Amino acid sequence: MAFRLRLVPEKTNINFFGYAGITFGGSVVLLVLSVVAVLTLGLNFGIDFRGGTTIRTESSQPLDVGAYRTALVPLNLGDVAITEVFDPGFGPDRNVAEVRLQAQGEDESISQATIDSMLSALQAVDPAVTFESVESVGPKVSGELIWSAAASVLLAMGGILIYVWVRFEWQFALGGLVALAHDVGLTLGLWAVLQLKFDLTIIAALLTILGYSINDSVVVFDRVRENLRKFNVMPLVEVLNLSANETLSRTIMTAGTTLLALTALLIFGGDVIRGFVFAMTWGVIVGTYSSVYIAKNVVLMLGVKRDWSKTDPRTVGRYADVETK
Amino acid sequence: MYTVSPMKQIAIWLAVAIGLAFALPNAFYSRVEVHNDAVAQGIDDTSWPAFLPSGLVNLGLDLRGGAHLLAEVQVGDVYETIMEATWPAVRDALAAERDTVGFVTREPSPADELIVRISEPAGAARALEIARGLARPITSLTGAGSTDIEVTGNGPLLTIRLSEAERAAVDDRTMEQSLEIIRRRIDEVGTREPTIQRQGEDRILVQVPGVGSAQEIKNIIGTTAQLTFQPVLGRASGADQVPAAGQEVLPSLDQEGVFFLLDTAPVVTGEQLVDAQPAFDEFSRPAVNFRFNVSGARAFGDYTLDNIGQPFAIVLDEQVISAPTIQSHIPGGSGIITGDFTVEESTNLAVLLRAGALPAELTFLEERTIGPQLGQDSIDAGTLAAIVAGVLVVGFMVLCYGLFGIFASVALAINIALIFSGLSLLGATLTLPGIAGIVLTVGMAVDANVLVFERIREELRVTKIPARAINAGYDRALSAITDGNVTTIMVACILFYFGSGPVRGFAVTLALGTLISVFTALMVTRSQIDLWVALRRPKTIEV
Repeated sequence: MAFRLRLVPEKTNINFFGYAGITFGGSVVLLVLSVVAVLTLGLNFGIDFRGGTTIRTESSQPLDVGAYRTALVPLNLGDVAITEVFDPGFGPDRNVAEVRLQAQGEDESISQATIDSMLSALQAVDPAVTFESVESVGPKVSGELIWSAAASVLLAMGGILIYVWVRFEWQFALGGLVALAHDVGLTLGLWAVLQLKFDLTIIAALLTILGYSINDSVVVFDRVRENLRKFNVMPLVEVLNLSANETLSRTIMTAGTTLLALTALLIFGGDVIRGFVFAMTWGVIVGTYSSVYIAKNVVLMLGVKRDWSKTDPRTVGRYADVETK
Repeated sequence: MYTVSPMKQIAIWLAVAIGLAFALPNAFYSRVEVHNDAVAQGIDDTSWPAFLPSGLVNLGLDLRGGAHLLAEVQVGDVYETIMEATWPAVRDALAAERDTVGFVTREPSPADELIVRISEPAGAARALEIARGLARPITSLTGAGSTDIEVTGNGPLLTIRLSEAERAAVDDRTMEQSLEIIRRRIDEVGTREPTIQRQGEDRILVQVPGVGSAQEIKNIIGTTAQLTFQPVLGRASGADQVPAAGQEVLPSLDQEGVFFLLDTAPVVTGEQLVDAQPAFDEFSRPAVNFRFNVSGARAFGDYTLDNIGQPFAIVLDEQVISAPTIQSHIPGGSGIITGDFTVEESTNLAVLLRAGALPAELTFLEERTIGPQLGQDSIDAGTLAAIVAGVLVVGFMVLCYGLFGIFASVALAINIALIFSGLSLLGATLTLPGIAGIVLTVGMAVDANVLVFERIREELRVTKIPARAINAGYDRALSAITDGNVTTIMVACILFYFGSGPVRGFAVTLALGTLISVFTALMVTRSQIDLWVALRRPKTIEV
């Protein structure tokens, strides 16, 4: 027998409902806390949603954030935030900073004159400084972006709800939806607590998380559907547990390979997309968790209508593919 | 016993081979790029074999560096121009019936309306009738049945404005013209592969790869370049002097604090120019030579003949470039614009005049500039991450599934190559989030294989016959694979629809990666397993 790495034993018999108070209840508490965090702390919106300008500066000289700040004060730009950017890929002669400005005008993006005056002000304290990138979003566009972002997340959830409803039963669709709301909620909550930058790429990550999480839930649901037909006298709770145990190995494997790939991106992918990748990593973790501990619980609470009339339980064997609805 | 039939095997591997051929140029990116540029210029270049595909994945601005600008066209500007042009027609039509309507004067009005006063209130009904007679029916599909202007009367005052349908038609025309002129201007500067697209009602997206700052692009497209030759009525006392109707006060371009009072009706406009070239005047200062078309030449000739000794103004975008005095009749229809130009400015002005004026002003709503170095860094980082991710996932799969893990890894490699060929064929753009999408696909694409392999493991507990377990594994995993991937593709479509730029690139790679992963897992891996089973005829298998 050749060596095989087994993350999950061949046969598991975990009772996923055993600690429902801690797992499901805990998630409910975390979800509520997330909502509170978003409402009280608020999200740290990036320029995509708030309007304003982000400038990435690079210099071969050591960075002095204080000097930069002082240099920009006479320009009267309103809120200016300067942060140093770190990445293991930068050598000692690459010193990168990010300068964020509030929106300057009514509708429009930043004027070239402002950018030029900032560059000359910064070059006065550090002649080697250059602007690697300038991104500016006017308040008019950012106001629209925030709505289309929210609409896209809601539309994705709605679409998934309908698809799962058509392919399975409405109980599964609701279970999946609650799991998705959990994933979105916890991600927003974490971003509010850590005050991480929330921009369009995070929305892209959120949507990907939705896709990943529902994929996970659907695999379990698919097995539940199969087992409901196969063992139609078994109580629902046991069918759900059996299905989750049978698919556990796959759930862990897929989460494992995805997290491996994401870890590689997180370490080597550069600082530009680190926020995006971090959101995705977090999402794969909560998404995997929610499909195992949230989606099924909702299905159990709602119950599934099981149609006994068309099949005789005694004739249902291992290979009897009974196609009943 | 069911296995993949030989014909199907051939079809699968043929499809893979074709896919790989289309992905190949991307492995020699710079070489193929040089080759394609040469071919585009009509040069017979042999550095890349002609029988191979030469389509490349477009690199997004965040990878190549460049400028992205979202501009809003002030479509309302055009209403003003139209009203300005309507005034003489209204005046002349009413003047023809002076006996009934009396004298006609223009009243101050909002920019998109024309308000006319007649001195004989008794003639109001007749005046209304005459003005309405000027309205033309709209021929567009949506505006059928309505006319271009609406006239309302209020005692001796007539208010003329554009109808809703005409406004919509005008807006559309304005957008078309703006797009065309921006395209011409950017082409004149000769930047490669610019993207110029209409977005929504009144916006234009401009993406130009390879420029270091948005400034260059803004200089070119940000100026309206509305050139007019207007009669000068005199010097104005200052910017705050209130002009009478039909007159305006404009500042001088190079003389601080100097203002001119001008007639708003131009003698000639930039639209009547046929050519403009940078040149030098007799004092060797940079200037722009221009030539009018026939109608422009005649109008300019007649005007100069009648107004010798009078000054006229050359106005560019609401600023008086110069106000020379007419020395003599200028019949030839050509002339020179002098001003306080640098050589670069005069060259730019010539480009702008040649390409034509924008019908309306642009404001910039969004602007993103990425330096080429940052783009290259992102490509390097993304490539490194993808390689590391690939090695990790392959190692993990082989550790967990042995030989079957190798089959899955081969399928994974093919999957990534096929994503590139898909992107090349679609002409899609690869962005930094797009690279992240590919790396994510590396992790997620094995999911379909994992589903099958886990299922085969389960089946092996029931039956020891390899072929039967493999068949059952594939059959039973199918519904889970379908349902899971349909939802992912759905999400990718929504992302594509709502997202812009980089996020769109991510949606494309995610959707392609997911679609292709179903093909590679179900067909390519299956084909390898069946070939192996057929060749080795194993008594037992271990997954």
